[in-house]
Amino acid sequence: MTDFRMPSLGADMEAGTLVEWLVRPGDKVKRGDVVAVVETQKGAIEIEIFHDGVVSELAVPVGQLVPVGTVLARLDGGVTAALPVAPPTPAPAPAVVVPQPTLAPVPFPPAPAGRLQISPAARRFAAKRGVDIYQLKGTGPGGAISVADVESASSAPTPETPQRRTGFDRPAMRQAIAAAMSRSKREIPHYYLSQTVNVSAALTRLQQLNSDRSPAERMLPAALFLCTIARAMTKLPELNGFWEDGRFRPGDGVHIGWAIALRGGGLVAPAIRDADKRSLDELMAAMRDLVQRARSYGLRSSELSDPTITVTSLGDRGAESVLPIIYPPQVAMIGIGRVVTRPWVVDGAIGPRPVVTMTLAGDHRASDGHRGGLLLTEIDRLLQETEAL
Amino acid sequence: MNQAESKNLIIDVLAGIAPEADFAALAGKAELRDELDLDSMDFLNFVAALHERAKVNIPEADYPKLFTLDGAVTYLCR
Repeated sequence: MTDFRMPSLGADMEAGTLVEWLVRPGDKVKRGDVVAVVETQKGAIEIEIFHDGVVSELAVPVGQLVPVGTVLARLDGGVTAALPVAPPTPAPAPAVVVPQPTLAPVPFPPAPAGRLQISPAARRFAAKRGVDIYQLKGTGPGGAISVADVESASSAPTPETPQRRTGFDRPAMRQAIAAAMSRSKREIPHYYLSQTVNVSAALTRLQQLNSDRSPAERMLPAALFLCTIARAMTKLPELNGFWEDGRFRPGDGVHIGWAIALRGGGLVAPAIRDADKRSLDELMAAMRDLVQRARSYGLRSSELSDPTITVTSLGDRGAESVLPIIYPPQVAMIGIGRVVTRPWVVDGAIGPRPVVTMTLAGDHRASDGHRGGLLLTEIDRLLQETEAL
Repeated sequence: MNQAESKNLIIDVLAGIAPEADFAALAGKAELRDELDLDSMDFLNFVAALHERAKVNIPEADYPKLFTLDGAVTYLCR
């Protein structure tokens, strides 16, 4: 028996409300499968499971608030993955679960003889489904009635599935952002660097690539910037990872949290995994997909806990530069300003050039400004040689 | 495509991108990206949808012609 717990959804999220189960007791699952949907201040998040096995019980009913670390479901034949899909998450509660066969599951204390043995979750579920619990035969621990029993007894077709909200809880999201950023300002000794980069070669290259493409296949400058940043990150591993328990833990890949502004306010930065290994086209597709899902039907749990560094691009109507605030427990963040045309010296003469200001906020506990500067220099160098991308 | 059809198509596409906007109050000469808070990805999606639904070719160099409602209507009616 393996417990599957509510995974971390990033440093700024402590709980969510379970709004939908996508599996039932008896279903086979493998790690990475989306098994539930949880409503959070970042919208509806699809929860992925970390284990292979067969669902034996759903421990939390729809509608319940679940803090990170809560047991969501139990699995039989659960082979705890050696490594979860996500790297060990930064939240205080462990998302990776060690099976504890000798420990009695907390929600099911041995009930006195004669009293109906039913889990609180099953009782609520039965009430919701209109199932008479006294007619049920329990198959749970000690013959207790589990959610699975109620589920199989309710022959009626599944009642109306709770609607996933399409909107966001703005005040809750604002509070979550405030909490994470306060922690960052309180705990992280930031240093800031900036470098103005001539992007004429890069934009010319992008124009060439886009010229014979239909609009839906065209790429944005942001994709090109992201592509060079991801490749530069591989040379400065001390900027890619987490500050945890007083020491630096490197990321298990370059998973870039791409900051996405939500309409009407709010922000979310889901991961583009292994961004350094993806082509320009693949990165553009990933950005497109993330923006669409962040703004509509939801992200996956691993996307919120995986980023090893965050990148924010201010876009073509943004400010010229940004001094980023690191998203804990990450140790660096990169900002990309708006592309502007400025006088630039090339071969001793001044001419107009499109330039962009790249900024870096680094955590002084993990690195020094010297190393941070090398990252910006490397990004600059790669942006002069985009033929290779 | 005539003016009215073009305008309907454009507003229909924009409504999918900025569902909360009040299009009755949208001035023809207003900057769409400012008025509707469209970012680079939104604008690219706008162009892609116009390309697909109006069957017109829209090179990148023409993007500035689509920055206002009036401009976009004129562009589709060429």
